[in-house]
Amino acid sequence: MSEEKKMGWKSLPIGGYLLEPGSAMKYKTGDWRAFRPVVDQGRCINCLLCWIYCPDAAIIRLEKYVDVNYEYCKGCGICANECPVKCITMVEEKR
Amino acid sequence: MNNAMSRIMGLTSNEAIAYAVKQCNVDVVAAYPITPQTIMVEVISEYVYNGEMDAEFICVESEHSAMSACIGASLTGARVFTATASQGLALMHEMLYIASGLRCPIVMGVANRALSAPINIHGDHSDMMGSRDCGWIQIYVENAQEAYDWIIQAFKIAEDPRVLLPISVNIDGFTLSHSMERVVVLEDDDVSKFLPPRKPLITIDPVNPITVGALCLPDYYFEVKFQQMQAMKEAYNVIREVNKEYKDLFGRRYGFVETYGMEDAEAAVVCLGSAAGTAKAVAREMRREGKKVGVIKPWVYRQFPDEEINKVLGEVKVLAVLDKACSFGAPFNALCSDIIATLYRYGRDVKVFNCLYGLGGRDITPSDFRSIFEEALEAAKTGKVKEYMKFVGVRE
Repeated sequence: MSEEKKMGWKSLPIGGYLLEPGSAMKYKTGDWRAFRPVVDQGRCINCLLCWIYCPDAAIIRLEKYVDVNYEYCKGCGICANECPVKCITMVEEKR
Repeated sequence: MNNAMSRIMGLTSNEAIAYAVKQCNVDVVAAYPITPQTIMVEVISEYVYNGEMDAEFICVESEHSAMSACIGASLTGARVFTATASQGLALMHEMLYIASGLRCPIVMGVANRALSAPINIHGDHSDMMGSRDCGWIQIYVENAQEAYDWIIQAFKIAEDPRVLLPISVNIDGFTLSHSMERVVVLEDDDVSKFLPPRKPLITIDPVNPITVGALCLPDYYFEVKFQQMQAMKEAYNVIREVNKEYKDLFGRRYGFVETYGMEDAEAAVVCLGSAAGTAKAVAREMRREGKKVGVIKPWVYRQFPDEEINKVLGEVKVLAVLDKACSFGAPFNALCSDIIATLYRYGRDVKVFNCLYGLGGRDITPSDFRSIFEEALEAAKTGKVKEYMKFVGVRE
């Protein structure tokens, strides 16, 4: 994911207050990930179990298979664990 | 002094603080009674009950809840006061950090008392020193007059938009909290002029929702804490300004430190709170005997006034630093460590020894002070410190 420019102490609102409601979407949690789920889309049967189980709503539904929103996916691996055809593999992130 | 009117009252430090709080037009008080602070909140609850004070007095089930209620109230933009001591302050501990972290300018009276075990109700500084690093500005006073004056100034300092930090005003349990003294009080109008209603920067408000206390991870936490460190540094300037304004209006001079005899002292005592009164009385006696002794009493303990202390050292050769709380296992106790750090920072060649005194409210007497001064003078003469850590009056 792209490196966001993070605010310094001078520009951050006092005391870590969040002055804009509903701003959690702006907090990209993808960089917490140690392992990334990679979907073999040719083998995906589009059952959407991963979409149901994903605690971060980071599975993207496409017409015939799924994809992953890497901006938010924290790499928990639940999707890979639940996938009935084992088409999702967890690949170590290299930084 | 200008033409501000003043009256004289007989007040204990507990009562003096309560009276100041009434005059400061505080909006919310949430507190739980605990010896030796009880009278402070009792008197305030009477003021509220009698209609003398237009405030919300929240009776809570614990000090943890007291501080929690104060934080919530402060975030709405209210002017907030609480008071506690000892175990009560310890129970508040986690909320103290939240008050400072969320930048709530709460003022708290602390009637310093020893911590259990063994249980003890008398005065020492273990309670506040145990929460030393909680991010609060900390003031220690010598008598009821100072308690009264600092409370009024504390609100002004805390609520300054450059600061927005909570402040504790510490009075020695029983020694001050329960001793009646002559206190010159101001007229309500003069206090109101000096301390207009609080103007908060940001408040919680259902119409404009914000999130306070959101999760803040390694990517931002350090910056938020750095803001707090900066606010503490800013407090240094604001305290100076507020002290000056207070002096100009009402004639009583405050600062970061009060000194006695430091113009030419060769040996001096450094101590917080009421012990400084005894120290000054003994120093006065000894100076009449031609002994060059002095006293340094920091009023402000956090932000630590290292710069001011360096300025008042003069030609002093030896400092005896008194601590009224034990940092178990530390090379020196809290105040002494800060003094040594100050000397190191300013490259001062001053010998130091630490005297731990008064635990559990044990009195420190004029003769104790005399022997401390004598030992410091001896060290000034020989250039050698006999004992780096002394325990005043402890029995073998």
